[in-house]
Amino acid sequence: MNDVAGTTAVPAQSPRTIPSPSSVDESSEKLYGLLAEFQTPAAIVSAAKKVHEAGYKWWDCCAPFPVHGLDKAMGIRPTILPWLVLGAGITGGTLGMLLQWFTNATNLEIWGGPIWVTGYAFLVSGKPFASVPTWIPVMFELTVLLSAIGAVVFLMLLNKLPQLYHPCFKNERFARVTDDRFFIIIEAKDPLFYRAKTQQLLASLGATAVEEVQA
Amino acid sequence: MTTLPLDNTFDDPTRRAPLVLNHDDFGSVTNTICGVNEAPKPPRAWYIAFGISVTFLMILGVLIGYLFWTGVGVWGNQNPAMWGFPIVNFVFWVGIGHAGTLISAILYLFRQKWRTAINRFAEAMTIFAVICAGMFPGIHVGRVWVSYWLFPIPNQMELWPQFRSPLLWDVFAVGTYFTVSLLFWYVGMIPDLATLRDRAKTKLKAISYGIFALGWRGSMRHWHRYERAYLLLAALATPLVLSVHSVVSFDFAVAQVPGWHTTIFPPYFVAGAIFSGFAMVMTLAIPARQWWGLKDFITLRHLETMNKIILVTGSMVGYAYIMEFFTAWYSGAMYESFAFVNRMFGQYAWAYWIMVSCNVFVPQLFWFKKARQSIAIMFVVCLLVNVGMWFERFVIIVTSLSQDYLPANWDYFHPTWVDLTMLAGSFGLFMTLFLLFIRYLPVIAIAEVKAIMPAANPHAHDHDKEASA
Repeated sequence: MNDVAGTTAVPAQSPRTIPSPSSVDESSEKLYGLLAEFQTPAAIVSAAKKVHEAGYKWWDCCAPFPVHGLDKAMGIRPTILPWLVLGAGITGGTLGMLLQWFTNATNLEIWGGPIWVTGYAFLVSGKPFASVPTWIPVMFELTVLLSAIGAVVFLMLLNKLPQLYHPCFKNERFARVTDDRFFIIIEAKDPLFYRAKTQQLLASLGATAVEEVQA
Repeated sequence: MTTLPLDNTFDDPTRRAPLVLNHDDFGSVTNTICGVNEAPKPPRAWYIAFGISVTFLMILGVLIGYLFWTGVGVWGNQNPAMWGFPIVNFVFWVGIGHAGTLISAILYLFRQKWRTAINRFAEAMTIFAVICAGMFPGIHVGRVWVSYWLFPIPNQMELWPQFRSPLLWDVFAVGTYFTVSLLFWYVGMIPDLATLRDRAKTKLKAISYGIFALGWRGSMRHWHRYERAYLLLAALATPLVLSVHSVVSFDFAVAQVPGWHTTIFPPYFVAGAIFSGFAMVMTLAIPARQWWGLKDFITLRHLETMNKIILVTGSMVGYAYIMEFFTAWYSGAMYESFAFVNRMFGQYAWAYWIMVSCNVFVPQLFWFKKARQSIAIMFVVCLLVNVGMWFERFVIIVTSLSQDYLPANWDYFHPTWVDLTMLAGSFGLFMTLFLLFIRYLPVIAIAEVKAIMPAANPHAHDHDKEASA
């Protein structure tokens, strides 16, 4: 397997994706990327900064916990998630209001799927039909409910989870990503990816191991 | 690395107390916490506790069947105390659930790092408590086959729920609370389930944990969105927990019954809920840390901090008792004043004084450092607090109902054996779920504990310089 010290000789073929000489079927084994292992949070933060400065776009860091300052070092732009959750919350509040208004304050008939449903306005202890103060608890709860569901659903959608298969899972070292090791993975489809150059860069950043990941 | 002191309960403002003892690196943390799930057999205490809990759970199931078959008359609910044990138990369990959300959400917003040792099983406790709570309104409706009338679903009478009623606000509040707590708990567990998946030795475990871990691989791009979602969930859960128990208190405060119709109820109930919830967290944490060797994570400092919170919320509850009494006297309203004098010296005076001694006097022991740091004392105090808080709900509901406006209606409420056994059975349900959780799911938030350790700080070399100075 490739190791940190020493550079491998660069074959005179297309430089981008060169299958490892040890793989059995060279034509079908495509290189997914290079995986570098780090031991400490400080190491991965400084390494990430340099990888980001080098201009790579298709790359990622993996850690057992969210390392403080790593997302900034990687240049990750703040996510749109909070806005989506706000939208979901507003929807929830509006739904709560419409629900209570329709059912308790009107006699309207609307088409609700397979049947017609009609509102039933009835007086309770002299309160007005459209008694907005009493609507507040249900509106609030539905706002919170849809915001929370939205937060989780949009989190999964944006992260493209569940994704039960990933090429990195085939790497044995990578099993420690949820334990105590930190990894940088630079994908081969990045325009700046050159097999040897990228390996050299990762090795120079203090990685304890740099390995290939096959797709 | 500097050597960690074994006792982290010191109060030295010049240096931060370590929150994790005897574990310098992440690998040892993973090993210890995953060891709880990966042990081939749980400790013997688990089997004994599980046996007792499942027995009570089965008794509960049989009694629920008996209740559905025979009707609500098997309970002691009787004119004039039409609300009896079921609603007392409901409010009791919902209140207990609130501490879990407070630990997870509110302490997260306050950046209290010590929460990471207890937040996972406190959240689990919340979910199981809400399940126990939600069961009671579900089974107490009498005509269980039309309980779908509680929800805004079209029915044969073309009638909708009465949205002006707090009983309906409860449906939405407790339903939302359960859903949000479940989501918060599950999302928090995803990285830890991934840890268990990567360490799984059997195919079954790898697949089971793997499915629920959703393929989590610790990608920082994922962590970034995850952290935002976690913060949003915490920010949502905080007003939610305040609103849910306020809505539960509205069940009483919106009525005209003397002793109920007071504006102090929402904050008083919320403080009481946090009080009883923390006591339940402690009741679970103290044996768990002993039997599963988690004392390095749930340290004495954590327990002491929780005791301080119990002291604060207990004092708030005591203050609320005094203010209620003062308001009743100052108002000059005959029925209100009678209600409170009756609580202290009437037919349920025994329940009132159990409540006051357990809720107000007993937690005052925690002013003394020796009591705060003694495992035996804090365990007994927490048990008594839970007893006291159950009695608080009993006193509020039963004394006010059994002697309200019209003396011709006064009577003495007796619980039946079904009431008492169902209360015990609900503890069986709670403990069964909790013991299963300890056995199969990550009991401490592994990723979060790692994130608060000194080794997780990318600027760790500054730390070392300070420590050796």
